[in-house]
Amino acid sequence: MTGNDGHRFDRLPATADERDVEGRPTRAEVLDWWHERFGIDPAVFDDHTFWERGAGKIWAFHGDLPSPVSSEGLGMSALRARQEHWKPSLEAAQRFGDHATANVLHLDDEQAERFVAGQDQDLPEWDGDWGYLIVTHDCAGEPAVLGVGLYLYDELRSQVPKGRQRSL
Amino acid sequence: MQPLERYEPLVDDFEALRAACERPLPSVVRVNTLKATVERATRALSEEGIDYEPTDWHDGLLKLPDAQPGSNWPYFHGWLHGQEEVSAVPATVLDPEPGDRVWDACAAPGSKTTQLGALMDDTGLLVASDNNLGRISALRSNAERLGLTNLAITHEDARNHSLKPFESELYDRTLVDVPCSCEGTIRKNPDALEDWTREHVDAIAGVQKGVLRRALQTTREGGTVVYSTCTFAPEENEAVLDYALAEEPCELVDYDLPLEHAPGVTEWDGQSFDESVRKAKRIYPHHNDTGGFFCAKLEVTA
Repeated sequence: MTGNDGHRFDRLPATADERDVEGRPTRAEVLDWWHERFGIDPAVFDDHTFWERGAGKIWAFHGDLPSPVSSEGLGMSALRARQEHWKPSLEAAQRFGDHATANVLHLDDEQAERFVAGQDQDLPEWDGDWGYLIVTHDCAGEPAVLGVGLYLYDELRSQVPKGRQRSL
Repeated sequence: MQPLERYEPLVDDFEALRAACERPLPSVVRVNTLKATVERATRALSEEGIDYEPTDWHDGLLKLPDAQPGSNWPYFHGWLHGQEEVSAVPATVLDPEPGDRVWDACAAPGSKTTQLGALMDDTGLLVASDNNLGRISALRSNAERLGLTNLAITHEDARNHSLKPFESELYDRTLVDVPCSCEGTIRKNPDALEDWTREHVDAIAGVQKGVLRRALQTTREGGTVVYSTCTFAPEENEAVLDYALAEEPCELVDYDLPLEHAPGVTEWDGQSFDESVRKAKRIYPHHNDTGGFFCAKLEVTA
């Protein structure tokens, strides 16, 4: 086993048998997680490869390249792994979250405004799982993904990063 | 405004140019078709009571006469990106197709990069380079907000671009939207000409030549390179093309542009340039009530 190098992108091993960096998630684990947590069909990611740069930050790249890749970016930052509860990024939730069928929380207009402003809010009516949820609202006639919320103790905690927060 | 006087001999109606440069520009947004259709994005604007006017040459470019581009729902969703109208020209001229290998040589902060990614339908490979880490961070956040995943970002001087991380394969198309003296952005940034010097123009022209040359070397035979600036100075435009024509196997190519424009100039300041630089296009602010722009299309011939 070798260590994790924070200055380059390494493709995730397909399965645990191919793992040569300790603690590195596998592609199979990433696909299982999207599927088990959010009901996203693994086929949605058929054309994407997953890469780690920095401990636990997993990127999704359309296509493939010889690993490792030294670059400043490769696809989009998709999730944070190497922690007890993996966390999807807002960008990946917006890009792939339309395919989610589980742990999706739909907000009304006022709730959505609070959410994108970065505010936490009481939401005792949610009777689904605790933890990270994909949060949606209606925009132009259909649900649209806003981002990721953390639901704990009847409260929805906005996870919209500061730079993406807006007063709308 | 002083430096603009030197272009009086080149311009059909210099007074109209000068008057246009004193008017502010309207906000313009481009619909990001990776995440929404033009219909859905415009419906979202209407629901918020935001007026928009389509531009007559590009379906996905909308003027917002009364609003800032960044504070509405469709922007939050990454369905819209603020982008000056003429700055949308070079990506449409490069016109990449899904599956292409494309290099954006001076990419940050990424308006044109993300437009290329949308034209490629987020497939193929889009390599975006910049030499400034702070600007790369803006590029990355714009690309992520707009949902691009076919993008690799490199921190390097485009003049020394390395193909090594990308299997050493040449590109099908390359965009060379170089740093320039930005004379054409005076309507957006009234200070644009304050630090103008002839020395700066000459120095930056040297960089532009190096970047265009590297782009022609890293693009396959028959591939396309688009060279663009947001400035009027022929030293940074036709003179750079003239240099590239002499140094690398390439030729200027005609293209259609549904905006009013003037041809490239072949005489300037005692110099004459290859006749084919007339195929490049100069867009002056008074032509279409936009910023100023220069755009040329080249084909690699060997």
